[in-house]
Amino acid sequence: MSIFSLAITVLIGVLFFVLFFHISNFLLDYFRVKASKNFAFENSIRVIIFIAPAFIVLFVFIIYPVFETIRLSFYDKVGENFVGLFNYTWAINDPDFKRSIINNLGWLIVVPTLSTFFGLVIANLADKIWWGSIAKSIIFMPMAISFVGAGVIWKFMYDYRGPGDQQIGLLNAIAVAFGFEPQAWLTIPIWNNLFLMAIMIWIQTGLALVIFSAALRSIPNETLDAARIDGASELKIFWSIIIPYLEQTILVIWTIITILVLKVFDIIYAMTNGQWQTEVLANLMYDWMFRGGGDSGRGSVLAFCILIGVIPILAWNLYRHKQEQKV
Amino acid sequence: MKKLSFTSVFSQLLLLLFVIAWIVPTFGLFISSLRDKDVLAISGWWTSFTTTEVNEIYRTKGKEDQIKEGDHYFIKSNLFDENQGKEIFRFGVTSKNIDEYEVGKTALFKDETEITVFENGDYIWKSKEEFKKKKGKRIFVSAKSPPSFTLDNYKEVLLKEGLGQAFLNTFAVALPATLIPLIICSYFAYALTWMKFYGRDLLLATIIASLVVPLQMCLIPVLTIYNDFGALFGVSAKSYPGIWMAHTGFGLASTTFLLWNFLKTLPSEMIEAARVDGATHYDTFIKIVVPLSIPSFASIFILQFLWVWNDLLVGLVFLDKHPSEIILTAKLKELLGSRGENWEILTTGAFVSMTVPLFIFFSLQRYFIRGLVAGSVKG
Repeated sequence: MSIFSLAITVLIGVLFFVLFFHISNFLLDYFRVKASKNFAFENSIRVIIFIAPAFIVLFVFIIYPVFETIRLSFYDKVGENFVGLFNYTWAINDPDFKRSIINNLGWLIVVPTLSTFFGLVIANLADKIWWGSIAKSIIFMPMAISFVGAGVIWKFMYDYRGPGDQQIGLLNAIAVAFGFEPQAWLTIPIWNNLFLMAIMIWIQTGLALVIFSAALRSIPNETLDAARIDGASELKIFWSIIIPYLEQTILVIWTIITILVLKVFDIIYAMTNGQWQTEVLANLMYDWMFRGGGDSGRGSVLAFCILIGVIPILAWNLYRHKQEQKV
Repeated sequence: MKKLSFTSVFSQLLLLLFVIAWIVPTFGLFISSLRDKDVLAISGWWTSFTTTEVNEIYRTKGKEDQIKEGDHYFIKSNLFDENQGKEIFRFGVTSKNIDEYEVGKTALFKDETEITVFENGDYIWKSKEEFKKKKGKRIFVSAKSPPSFTLDNYKEVLLKEGLGQAFLNTFAVALPATLIPLIICSYFAYALTWMKFYGRDLLLATIIASLVVPLQMCLIPVLTIYNDFGALFGVSAKSYPGIWMAHTGFGLASTTFLLWNFLKTLPSEMIEAARVDGATHYDTFIKIVVPLSIPSFASIFILQFLWVWNDLLVGLVFLDKHPSEIILTAKLKELLGSRGENWEILTTGAFVSMTVPLFIFFSLQRYFIRGLVAGSVKG
């Protein structure tokens, strides 16, 4: 399509929603002037106008699908015949599924831990150095890039040429310079998972970094100065004051990255598509969504497994929200 | 004092190490996208800043270019198609001995013709008899190649590989998919903050729960709805409005939550005063709340825009792979499969897909960070 027709489509799409709110509110005001002043009635109409579009979207795209997916997990591939726990028993005995669970657990342990750790260390280093904010910008930059773009960047880093050839991937060039054999990194089972995780860590460290930087600024300077006067070393201050102070922040960052890692898809799909034992739940789920015309039963079971992973976090968030509402 | 400076030097070095490790992958990609595709395939990008030695094969011109001077026939030309600043230092005429002769010396072919190759690629090929073959002979050269960069890859990728169209498509997806949720969520968040109605707390709890629901939980039923809808009205299930609404749905919870978080910090006296003066909720929203929320809108706009721009999964499921609909990330993934060894296309394509996010990142970093931090405080 040409720029022009794309622009028109975009404009119509956006205007539709702007006009919906303007016109419906205008009509309400218009009839209010004419009709008797029934405020309660007017208010409830207004509430409906304000809420309805968002609620319909929320219902169609989130609420209904969540329950429908759970229902479909007990049905066959076209979602018509009840098959009980068939899809679940299939999953438990499926080697790809087992591999995915193991890999997802690996991702869950390694990525949030290292991202949070690097973020914390860099935030502390950058805080005291005059060029710290430039350093932070650079480390934060991968946050803006797509996973696929990051995938290309790292596939280039991991590129492999035969032992006699010039290596054009940086990692192999370094390996060769130190006298090692070049490796096709992404095809070495078990280890290749770490090379894929490295990409996610590379991206998410920036997130941890900016949140920690903001939190660090809230630590009262008097506390730190007092510790310094008492002769505490920087390392001691880090462990005994900064870490306990940031406990809540660490937990928050950990959960954000955990949620992200649970549904990691793009990186695997773009880099290995689950080959060489790198399969994860989200990629397997996408695969079953379309494999052989699509299997909604198996796809739903896999999606449900991802949901189970986030339920503790979901419950905790709701609990905290309730606590805050009370205050 | 001495100890302090040691710590400071150490932390500077450590930070520098982190910075290098973080910037090098992207930098390498960027440099590679600017290199000639033939050089890119055989040498690492880090060699592109220095003069490198390359071995190359060229072919001389054939009989059509010969001239007769005295008793001899000559073909005089230059081996290089265009001047790339290469300097030849050795050359050869057989594949067995590709650097047999020093530059400027004269080599002898088997058919007793003679060739002299000069540093800049000029050559003089001399024969006693008329040249008969249309095709020239192969010349092997060892040359020093100075650093050289080109925008050719960008031309190739944008025009021939269809990334230019994909770029526009991504805009056509991302702009409405950012503006629509912003519009409907701002009304929604206003209602959740300042209007009293039955079930408000339940709705808020639903939003908070929806924040962490994985996208995968919603894909299959939504796709089914789309297919049914498409079949019912005889239209394609995959369309721009379809993906706008899908992104609106999947971004609704976070957009609403961020806005709600901001709106509740506004002083309630101000809103109530306006209400007492007889302003409707609509007037209050348009005239008071929206102007005050502009910075917060900016942060949320950037977050959602980048999310949509960088998304692959939703684009794969709800859009066709047809050139008129394919988005950048899907196109890039397609190239990874089909052109996996053409690094000039992949590196350039990846960089094209990164231009808009990087522009936003560098120009609006403050809003971006503010949005991220605001979104994360509550998780």
